[in-house]
Amino acid sequence: MNVRTHMSMLFHLDKCIGCHTCSVACKNLWTDREGTEYMWWNNVETRPGTGYPTGWEDQQFYQGGWRYDGRGGLSLRLHNKTQGLTRLFFNPALPDLKDYYEPFTFRYGDLFTAPEGDDQPTARPVSMITGEPMEIETGPNWDDDLSGSDVYARNDPSLEGLSEQVRAQLEEIEGVVFNYLPRICNHCLNPACVAACPSGAIYKRGEDGVVLVNENKCKAWRMCVAACPYKKVYYNWSTGKSEKCILCFPRLETGQAPACAHSCVGRIRYMGVLLYDADRIPEAAMVDDHDLVETQLEAILDPFDPEVIAAAKKNGVTDDWIKAAQDSPVYKFVKEWRLALPLHPEFRTMAMMFYIPPLSPVMSVVEDRALNLALDTSGPEFELFADLTKARLPVRYLANLFSAGNEGIIEGVLKRLLAVRIFKRAESVDGGLNDATRAALDEVGLTPETAEAIYRLTTQPTLDERFVIPPYHREASIEAWNDPLERKGQEGFGYIQPPVRGE
Amino acid sequence: MKDWIKELESPAERKWEEFYRNRHQHDKRVRTTHGVNCTGSCSWEVYVKDGIVTWELQATDYPLLEEGLPPYEPRGCQRGISYSWYLYSPIRVKYPFARGALVDLWREAKKQHADPVEAWAAIQSDPEKRRRYQQARGKGGFRRITWEEALEIVAASTVHTIKKYGPDRVVGFSPIPAMSQVSYAAGSRFLSHLGGTILSFYDWYCDLPPASPEIFGEQTDVNESADWYNSRFIAVMGSNLNMTRTPDTHFISEVRHAGAKLTVFSPDFSQVAKYADWWVPTNPGQDGAFWMAVDHVLLKEYYADRETPEFNHYLKTYSDAPFLVEVRDGRPYRYLRAAELEGYADVEHNEWKLLVWDRERGPSMPQGSIGYRWAEKEKGKWNLEMKDGKTGAPIEPELSFLERHDEVQQLAFDDFAGERTLQRGVPVRHVQTRRGRVTVATVFDLLMAQFGVGRGLPGEYPEGYDDPQPYTPAWQEAYTGIHRDTVLRFARAWAENGLKTGGKNLIIIGAGVNHWYHNNLMYRAGIVGLMLTGAVGKNGGGLAHYVGQEKVANQASWGSIAFALDWGMPPRHQNTPSFHYVHTDQWRYERGSKDYDKTPGANEHHTIDHQIRAVKRGWLPFFPQFNRNSLELAREAEAAGARSEAEIVGYVVEKLKKGELKFAVEDPDAPENWPRVWFIWRGNAIGTSMKGHEFMLRHYLGTHSNAVAQEWAKDEVHEVAFREPAPEGKFDLVVDLNFRMDTSALYSDLVLPAASWYEKHDLNTTDMHTFVNPMQPAVPPVWESKPDWEIYSLFAKKVAELARTHLPEPVKDVVMLPLQHDTPDELAQTEVRDWWKGEVEAVPGKTMPKFRVVERRYTEIYERMASLGPALEKNGVAAHGLKIPVAEEYRALKEHQPRKSEVLGGVFPALEDGRQVAEAILRLDPVTNGEVAYRAFLEEEKKTGLKLADLGEKNRSVRITFDAIVAQPRRQLTTPTWSAILNDGRAYSPFTLNVERLVPWRTLTGRMHFYLDHEGYLAWGEHLPTYKPRPDVTMLLETEVTEKEAKGRLMNYITPHGKWSIHSTYSENHRMMTLSRGGYPIWLNDKDAAELGIRDNDWVELYNDNGVFVQRAITSARIPRGTVFVYHATERTVGIPKSPLRKKRAGMNNSITRARLKPVLMNGGYAQFTYFFNYWGPTGVNRDTWVFVRRVDRPEY
Repeated sequence: MNVRTHMSMLFHLDKCIGCHTCSVACKNLWTDREGTEYMWWNNVETRPGTGYPTGWEDQQFYQGGWRYDGRGGLSLRLHNKTQGLTRLFFNPALPDLKDYYEPFTFRYGDLFTAPEGDDQPTARPVSMITGEPMEIETGPNWDDDLSGSDVYARNDPSLEGLSEQVRAQLEEIEGVVFNYLPRICNHCLNPACVAACPSGAIYKRGEDGVVLVNENKCKAWRMCVAACPYKKVYYNWSTGKSEKCILCFPRLETGQAPACAHSCVGRIRYMGVLLYDADRIPEAAMVDDHDLVETQLEAILDPFDPEVIAAAKKNGVTDDWIKAAQDSPVYKFVKEWRLALPLHPEFRTMAMMFYIPPLSPVMSVVEDRALNLALDTSGPEFELFADLTKARLPVRYLANLFSAGNEGIIEGVLKRLLAVRIFKRAESVDGGLNDATRAALDEVGLTPETAEAIYRLTTQPTLDERFVIPPYHREASIEAWNDPLERKGQEGFGYIQPPVRGE
Repeated sequence: MKDWIKELESPAERKWEEFYRNRHQHDKRVRTTHGVNCTGSCSWEVYVKDGIVTWELQATDYPLLEEGLPPYEPRGCQRGISYSWYLYSPIRVKYPFARGALVDLWREAKKQHADPVEAWAAIQSDPEKRRRYQQARGKGGFRRITWEEALEIVAASTVHTIKKYGPDRVVGFSPIPAMSQVSYAAGSRFLSHLGGTILSFYDWYCDLPPASPEIFGEQTDVNESADWYNSRFIAVMGSNLNMTRTPDTHFISEVRHAGAKLTVFSPDFSQVAKYADWWVPTNPGQDGAFWMAVDHVLLKEYYADRETPEFNHYLKTYSDAPFLVEVRDGRPYRYLRAAELEGYADVEHNEWKLLVWDRERGPSMPQGSIGYRWAEKEKGKWNLEMKDGKTGAPIEPELSFLERHDEVQQLAFDDFAGERTLQRGVPVRHVQTRRGRVTVATVFDLLMAQFGVGRGLPGEYPEGYDDPQPYTPAWQEAYTGIHRDTVLRFARAWAENGLKTGGKNLIIIGAGVNHWYHNNLMYRAGIVGLMLTGAVGKNGGGLAHYVGQEKVANQASWGSIAFALDWGMPPRHQNTPSFHYVHTDQWRYERGSKDYDKTPGANEHHTIDHQIRAVKRGWLPFFPQFNRNSLELAREAEAAGARSEAEIVGYVVEKLKKGELKFAVEDPDAPENWPRVWFIWRGNAIGTSMKGHEFMLRHYLGTHSNAVAQEWAKDEVHEVAFREPAPEGKFDLVVDLNFRMDTSALYSDLVLPAASWYEKHDLNTTDMHTFVNPMQPAVPPVWESKPDWEIYSLFAKKVAELARTHLPEPVKDVVMLPLQHDTPDELAQTEVRDWWKGEVEAVPGKTMPKFRVVERRYTEIYERMASLGPALEKNGVAAHGLKIPVAEEYRALKEHQPRKSEVLGGVFPALEDGRQVAEAILRLDPVTNGEVAYRAFLEEEKKTGLKLADLGEKNRSVRITFDAIVAQPRRQLTTPTWSAILNDGRAYSPFTLNVERLVPWRTLTGRMHFYLDHEGYLAWGEHLPTYKPRPDVTMLLETEVTEKEAKGRLMNYITPHGKWSIHSTYSENHRMMTLSRGGYPIWLNDKDAAELGIRDNDWVELYNDNGVFVQRAITSARIPRGTVFVYHATERTVGIPKSPLRKKRAGMNNSITRARLKPVLMNGGYAQFTYFFNYWGPTGVNRDTWVFVRRVDRPEY
């Protein structure tokens, strides 16, 4: 057992508003400068939809992530080592401007300076690259709130395997639906970007698992951009270096949640430590699609298990980090309650950010030219519990996103969410649990105590309960190369110059 | 471990990480917020590095409410977090700018005339010169000028207008004070001292829900968002919470996990629909029909088929359901009055005390009616105790006469959709009155008949749910498109939830309903469903109306300062819907409401005629008030011998009676009746909010316009002077205070750089939560910008300076006021009688407007603005008819921030800067001063005779100062100036004070009203909750001209709130433009689009007779067919091409709408139908609009 610590974020998609406050928080802090205009380390996608960059999940096209040969062999989809060398100067799988967008702005100043004319002046759209007038054809969130679209939603790669009938319903009032998918770098356990970098510039931090591109070592090969199946590494055209989500490590190191999580006004994000067994990574990534979620969860360790604690200590994990792992809301949702899943486990990078799949409204049917809820009127309070096929978001679709197609896992999660609602309704409206309520809890394997705990962490958490940030002990890290007392006087004067193109 | 997992722990190599650490470091964090027109009131921390604002993140230190409620943190959305872009952006107004053509004329005039007022007069007296700069409005040519020159133009035009036309021709518009109370007050206080006209906003924005004053006698009072969490069944209608209440939405997602059911009514699959258990896509504008059918089911199953004691008790105690209505001529008529009965003949205000049927004693007069509220003799009986106001005997009111009645009469009930009258049997009783035998029914029995619940009575009642008669589940299908089974399922679940939880049924409702012409009826239908399930006044229940309803929590103290009541002067408050409808000449382009509003009898009169009558009867304000200068009029009265205020008023009334003096509203196009100088601040009056924007461009500004509508009114009007041609360019000067070059700024004559929300001191409150938040400078005002308070102070100084020459002496001003809500004026008129026809004596304040004579001292205007006036010490502060003494606080404030004034001769509390104003507001108001709250309860005890002061006892020592709210958001206190009990962390739910402590609602009966018996309501067929069909395109006369050139399809045009802006603010912000589509897209159903040959991102033109709008399309099945969506409040500044049809720059979202007033909402002088600013009056509806839609090739810029 090789116990390591990881900072993981959890997204409760049932609570996501789709507001993009997270995206702007990130942009303000990190990517509001030349060369980073088109970078959205954090973005939010409307699903079904094609996301950013367009169709990023389509690995036939983008060649990201890993390929498993079914016999114990795992290789980058992009290339093997030899191919990598031969393709250094030719990387056909890189997204280009049309897959991202041409950053645009407006000639706002014309409103002040336009001479008097015979019509009202306007601020024309112009390219941030050329400065020339342009037509805006696409953007980083182009299909926002755009369900039921034959241009975007229909081309969502994760609709694969849905019947024609179900697909057609998604474009009609009876079945139209959307939800949101916020995305940051997954800080994977098996990161393809790290493996693909010819310069060895990308590394995963030992203390918290944050994957970083060393801006001093990056040599602009951009293999990381191609290899990342989530398209979360971006190339800065100004500095000639790649950049990516850093999980706001300067904030983590000072006990603060990442800016995207801090600013999440839907309160959907949680942050905490997971302990994992690094020895299990290869085997966890090399199983059939159907089992990927299970093997990844097995690699995540129980922080209360004395053996795990002992092994962790042996690896240098301090008591306060073990305590943080025990208090981690992410651990509870992911492992204890089995409510949260990694995004596209079939990419086999072992994403370490987790998602709770969302509920959706009941479908409708047209009867006598009037729209009727597709309900069995004798059913329980929350009808979907009895029949998930009536949910507007197809289970199969969610399975394609979060469980490599394993629908049973999704059904289990959704029914547990519904069972908690049934439980709380009985308690607060009907004056206590009745037989039907108990049966619902039993069916999904929840006790009233667990249901209550899920309810509380879902609805009531304070800032400190959502974000359990362990103490980083920066003084101890700095001590490895400098006397902290000296450092105290030197902080902020800087050791490095900003990255320079070609260096 | 495999070698592909690299970990790097080499400390030296990781030194580079400080690249990002250094970026994250900052010098300062400052708490402030965004004074944007939203209800967020979010506490933010602004990060400053190197004297530059770099970014903002939410503060997270809100105190927790009671146990079990989720925390409020973090509050703040995608818009707010984008704000820092604006500070240094190229759209920031950094210096004063002026229209070049005007600057040239001004400098030339100044060479001729050393006196600025004379220079201004010279320009205005030359029609050519006026035309020269007016036609240049909005067409570029701005020039940077100095502050000094700008101030001189402002002051010269103001003084000139006061002298020549009167102060009420100087008008100001600024919306929603709550978002930056001090900044609003800056302009309103300046205008109040001036005698200028202050334009309302809540009604104009169509955010005021008239159903609220109709039913509750309350402007709007709503649950704070944490209270949603107490609900167990939520119906969201026409409210896209994700978009408009972004920081509150988590309570919705969370309460579902607490076991609540959520139904979302919305024609499109909206952002909030994703949370729903049931999404019910009613056809646009048909929510009322759905609720009428729900109410039918509730009445049938919970009141007729069985008795539900909980619900019955609720109706008897808190609603007018048991009150007696006289039946006359086969129709429900007016409430029976106590005055009619011999036994109550000697009772004070007995015309205003109503009756119920006591089980034993028959007609009885319970306490709580409005007559008790304004009692002069019998005080202390204004409460909801069900006992006889005369004898004190307990009353057991009968809800229904079904079991015991004298006869069953067939009464007429209007079916407006079916265009017929239904005869339905109603059990009635006879009452012996002083004028003979009278037949009465209970409101409850009328309600049963109206909703078609037969109970075995004869008449045209539906046979069952499947009989498509009003208002069954089968009936509503034709309107809503929703199956009857869904109605039934919903209604039963709604009722059961209400029963089991004691009324935790919540309707969250918004602009998607409130912007329709018949919004009051749709709201009433929903509120009936709440009242029938005992939900109003319960935590987690009631009507949560969220449309621009921002709440000035400190209303009592703020109102005194904002409207200069501390100097004892009544402000000129104008309802903006009437103002713009009349002055922009939109009335000329229609035949009036008869085309699109249905009434039981004939409705022959043009809306403008209703408007004029409403003003003359004292129902609505109107400014300019007379066709004469109100200063001159006073002078003339004094010259004619008038000595006192009463004599001056008498002189004016005589003149009016003789017709020697006219109301300006009777001849609005006469030059002497035009408004002349317009101040716009904190809002986008020319852009965003101007329904009929293109008419405004023509008639107000005198510049280009894309309107092609023809005039229709000439032969339809009776009371208004119709002048030809209609005037263009009424305004002499438009001044805009702004931090950005928005549409209003682009069309103004002067654009003055305003300090933004990160650069000034201010206060910010909302009703979405109960905290008070500060604004404070993170950096000083950038470039040459200044806080609004400072700008208006400079205006005042300059006006005072010019006044020393032009208005050196104190002058008297005759101020006209309508009959006022929350005053004894509520008892003014029991009947509608016109003094000018001789039907009744002209009595100011009774049968006509009130007049006050005010002394103005223009040379002292700055001194008074900057000093808190002595009237406050004497009169106290007031809200909702409650006067609260604050003399001690006034004196304490004088110690704390003294200001000595030589001119005024004394020491006063200083109001020289924003911080001082904020401190005064906090100090003097009950929500932030526990002692004032306690005293307010003592006053309320006197009025009601109830024990209430215990609610304030615990908090007597609390003083929330500016420093306190800078340190942490602080929660407001429980006060009788609002209607909820907040103690011990309880979430704000409106009317809990009424329900738990028996304080009456501010209505005729003191209860919530199902029935509205004003003559105007009877004439309009809206005395009972009802359904009226949506105005249809053929009724609206706004596609008559374009029809001839039309190439496209006619579709309903809907403008809900958008995701990437708060109204127009942020909409052109680079962050938001990038995350959206870089424009203001037109949403179309995919199949409609395909039929029109429109593909996603194609350019599309929307047009009608009002104007034109050109943007790119988004096509999606989530949009209902036949409807086109544009998220509202677009700017016409950024990325707007020319219209291929009209060849000129295309407009904004309100280029294709226009204002239509609903006359029934003009009623006044009667209980809850009595005017108050932003409280009552017709609203600026804009949903009932039709446009042609067509694809266009890539247009030109």
